[in-house]
Amino acid sequence: MSNTTIGSDIGTDIASAPIPVREVLPWLIFGLVMLLAIYFVGAEEGATSIIKGMYVHEFVHDGRHLLGFPCH
Amino acid sequence: MVRTLLIRGMLCGLLAGLLVFGFAKVFGEPQVDSAIAFESAMDEAKVKADAAKGIHDMQAPELVSRPVQASWGLLTGVMVYSTAFGGLFALVFAFANGRVSSSLSPRTVAALLALTGIVAVYVVPNLKYPANPPSVGHPDTIGIRTQLYFTMMALSIAAMVGAAVLRKRLAPKHGVWSAALFATAFYVVVVAIVAALMPPINEVPADFPAVVLWHFRIDSFAMQVIMWATLGLVFGAVTERAAQARNGYRLGGPMGAAWR
Ligand SMILES: [Zn+2]
Repeated sequence: MSNTTIGSDIGTDIASAPIPVREVLPWLIFGLVMLLAIYFVGAEEGATSIIKGMYVHEFVHDGRHLLGFPCH
Repeated sequence: MVRTLLIRGMLCGLLAGLLVFGFAKVFGEPQVDSAIAFESAMDEAKVKADAAKGIHDMQAPELVSRPVQASWGLLTGVMVYSTAFGGLFALVFAFANGRVSSSLSPRTVAALLALTGIVAVYVVPNLKYPANPPSVGHPDTIGIRTQLYFTMMALSIAAMVGAAVLRKRLAPKHGVWSAALFATAFYVVVVAIVAALMPPINEVPADFPAVVLWHFRIDSFAMQVIMWATLGLVFGAVTERAAQARNGYRLGGPMGAAWR
C-alpha cells in the first residue's frame, strides 16, 4: 500500500493483488450461461423465441414486468 | 480463485433473490394485480363493443394461472435473474479487484461495483424506458421496445466501462477525486446524449391509474436496490474476510491489528 493519499482508500484494509487475466478468461464461458439465463427471464417468447409456445413467457411473466423488461 | 468467487457470487445471488421475491410478493404483486384488473376491464369493454358490432373476439387460452404466475413463476424468474447477476457480478469483480485501484480493499471494490452496476444496468436504462406493469405497452411493439431497451442498457454499460478506464487513466496525474468527477461527468454526458437520440416510447393508456404506475415503478426500483445491495455488501464482506484470513498474519486479524 504505497503512496496513499487522503481519500484514495475508503476502508483501512489493504487491496488484494489482481487475478491474472488468463486465469479469469476461461470462466467467462459461465458469463455467457448467466446471460442466457437472464435472456430466458427477460425476453424469451416475447420479442424473440428459442422454444416454441408461450409457456416460459407466461410462467415468468410477473417477474419479467417487475424486473423492468418490456412485455405486453 | 475465480471458481470460489463465482460460486460465492451465485450464492449471494440466491440470497438476494429470496429477499427480492419477498419484497416483490408483498409490494409488487398488488400493483400487477391492479394493472391486470384494469386490463380485464378494458378487454371486457372491447369484447362488448365488438359483440354489438357483430364481431366475436377470440379469448386467448390461459397457459399459466394467475396464482402460479404470482408465486412459483415470480419466484423462478426472480431467483434465476438474481443468481445469474450474482455470477456476472463475481466475474466482473474477479477482473476488477486489484485493477480498479491498487488501494481499494475487496469490500470497497464490491460496493462500488454494485453501485455502478445498478446505475448502468437498471437506473439509466429505466430513466429512458421505465418498467411497465401489464396492460401498458402494445403487443405489436414488443420487438422494437425490447430492442431499444437492450440497446440503451448496452450503451449505458459501455459508457460505464469507458468511465472506469478514464478514471484510472486520470487518477495518477489529477488525483483520485478529480479523476472520479471527470469520469462521472463523462458517463452522465454520454448517456444523456444517447437517451436524447433514442426514440421515445409512450404507450401508457390515457386512463391508466397513475398511482398504480408510480407504485409499480418504485417497487421495481426497490427490488433492484435490494438485489444489488445484497450482492455488493454480502459478497464484499465474505470476500474481505477470506482475504483477511489469507493474509491474517500481516493485515487483519488479531495479529495484524498489532502491526498497524
Ligand atoms: Zn406482460
